[in-house]
Amino acid sequence: MFQVRFHGRGGQGVVTAAELLAVAAFSEGRHAQAFPSFGSERTGAPVVSYCRIDDREIRTREPISVPDAVVIQDVTLIHQVDLFAGLDVSGYVLINTSRTFAELGLGELAERYRPDHLMTCPATEFALEHVGRPVPNAALLGGLAALTGQVPIHAIGDALRDRFGPTVGERNLAAASAAFDHVRAQMEVVSGAAAD
Amino acid sequence: MLRQIEGSHAIAESVARCRPEVVCAYPISPQTHIIEAIGVMVKEGTLAPCEFINVESEFAAMSVSIGASAAGARAYTATASQGLLFMIEAVYNAAGLGLPIVMTLANRAIGAPINIWNDHSDAMAVRDSGWIQLFAETNQEAADLHVQAFRLAEELSVPVMVCMDGFILTHAVEGVDLLDQEQVDRFLPPYEPRQVLDPEDPVSIGAMVGPEAFEEVRYLAHLRQLDALDRIPEIAAEFSEMFGRDSGGLVRPYRLEDAETVIVAMGSVLGTIKDAVDERRDAGERLGVLGITSFRPFPLEAVRQALAGRERVVVVEKAFSLGMGGVLATDVAMAIGTTTLHTVVAGLGGRPITRTALLDMLERARTGRLATLSFLDLDEGVIARERARMATVRRSGPFAENVLRDLGRPREDQA
Repeated sequence: MFQVRFHGRGGQGVVTAAELLAVAAFSEGRHAQAFPSFGSERTGAPVVSYCRIDDREIRTREPISVPDAVVIQDVTLIHQVDLFAGLDVSGYVLINTSRTFAELGLGELAERYRPDHLMTCPATEFALEHVGRPVPNAALLGGLAALTGQVPIHAIGDALRDRFGPTVGERNLAAASAAFDHVRAQMEVVSGAAAD
Repeated sequence: MLRQIEGSHAIAESVARCRPEVVCAYPISPQTHIIEAIGVMVKEGTLAPCEFINVESEFAAMSVSIGASAAGARAYTATASQGLLFMIEAVYNAAGLGLPIVMTLANRAIGAPINIWNDHSDAMAVRDSGWIQLFAETNQEAADLHVQAFRLAEELSVPVMVCMDGFILTHAVEGVDLLDQEQVDRFLPPYEPRQVLDPEDPVSIGAMVGPEAFEEVRYLAHLRQLDALDRIPEIAAEFSEMFGRDSGGLVRPYRLEDAETVIVAMGSVLGTIKDAVDERRDAGERLGVLGITSFRPFPLEAVRQALAGRERVVVVEKAFSLGMGGVLATDVAMAIGTTTLHTVVAGLGGRPITRTALLDMLERARTGRLATLSFLDLDEGVIARERARMATVRRSGPFAENVLRDLGRPREDQA
């Protein structure tokens, strides 16, 4: 089972992100379960959502306390919320930012994880460029697809078109594809550095 | 067709294919998405003929449902928590009048303290109302149970409540295989009322009944609940035969064959419990699970058969009767007599029921350290501190606020 926890703020499509990932995984023939952390929803309030992906039926209903990947949609949550709780040393982290982990004050944390599993992505900028709205969720899904290989980018595209219709879906897919390429390029740099 | 879909939307589509003629509801979390989706279908004309009636309260929603049902319409509504309490007088009336309304209860805790999250206290509050209460384990089962519920309700002329865990199921996006219109039509015949307000053939519904007949009228209602004990498994079997899927029925046994300890529960927590049981089974422990699908009528005989001769029974329930203990456990105790029985109250007000906590509980049960009544993941420190405050200060204040303040205060043991 692969478990993803999304952190963001109300209005950033955090719940939708988990749902889209579940739909994408489902379209690839896998079992998936997405659910929000049921707070009283308010714009700007910290929001958590979850997605499980497995090759067999998913029966558990507990919140994800030991994630395989953490997606951080809003960097202002760093040092406010325990974003990395339960994340194994082999876990993945994807942060919506153009800054580095060290610049975000996460240098010490980053040392505990595999460098090729820690990626950043200016998802809000990609969203503004391609969708025209500062909603980073679709772009981050593209980045997550590149980082984890759990779902192919075309499945993310299908989920986006299904959810938002052809026009807006296509724009979101453009943002997701830009993020996919961005993260893929970053990964190549890291693996190149490791090879050196 | 199998689709990845939000639980609420699966229920809305499933209900729509049952062709309700009147839907009247008032929004309340976590039921809202169901009602919004049905409202959209009525407005767009994809659910027709159907009248969606906006009202000012849950009391009106159930009252309109009663009127619609008495006029011969297939009526549906949905609510949760305080909404159910606000309609409770009409809830009893719907059952007392024998009107086959189907209602989704998106289970949520009851205040005070106000809490929007899931537990089963709302369903328990109307346990004795005369409604049939079916609990869904998954969104698939919830969707299927609604189709079965209309069939059951209308055959017996008894209202049916389909209980599904608020948020945990209603807001979960997972795979659900929804029946198409032709399949539902094959399973659910048009509504043929046992009683109807018809100007051509006038009757009076809702007579005053005095001491001379009240007991008999109530007993007749009880007998119809007992009829449901026969019809619920028969309808589930027919559903399974027609669509190749097990949904509903009275109880749901899991790995019971040689089980020494059996965990009894209702609703979505059964999935997490099964995972925990599998883990301990792998370590050689003889554990099984009994899911209760039909809470009212309560399947005393099926529960007795499933639990007879077990060393230990642990009832995990998302509600309890203050000053007494388990609610479901009391019914289970009635069924089994003398086997050692424990109640574990868990998941109140949306507290997650984790596999780790369940495994710890099962270890305590195995080693004889599980109390007759216990509370999963209870923070005993905060309770001791509040009890101490209450013992030393007369005007100790509201305890919900005191507990929140206590939990928010930095303490040495947290440093």
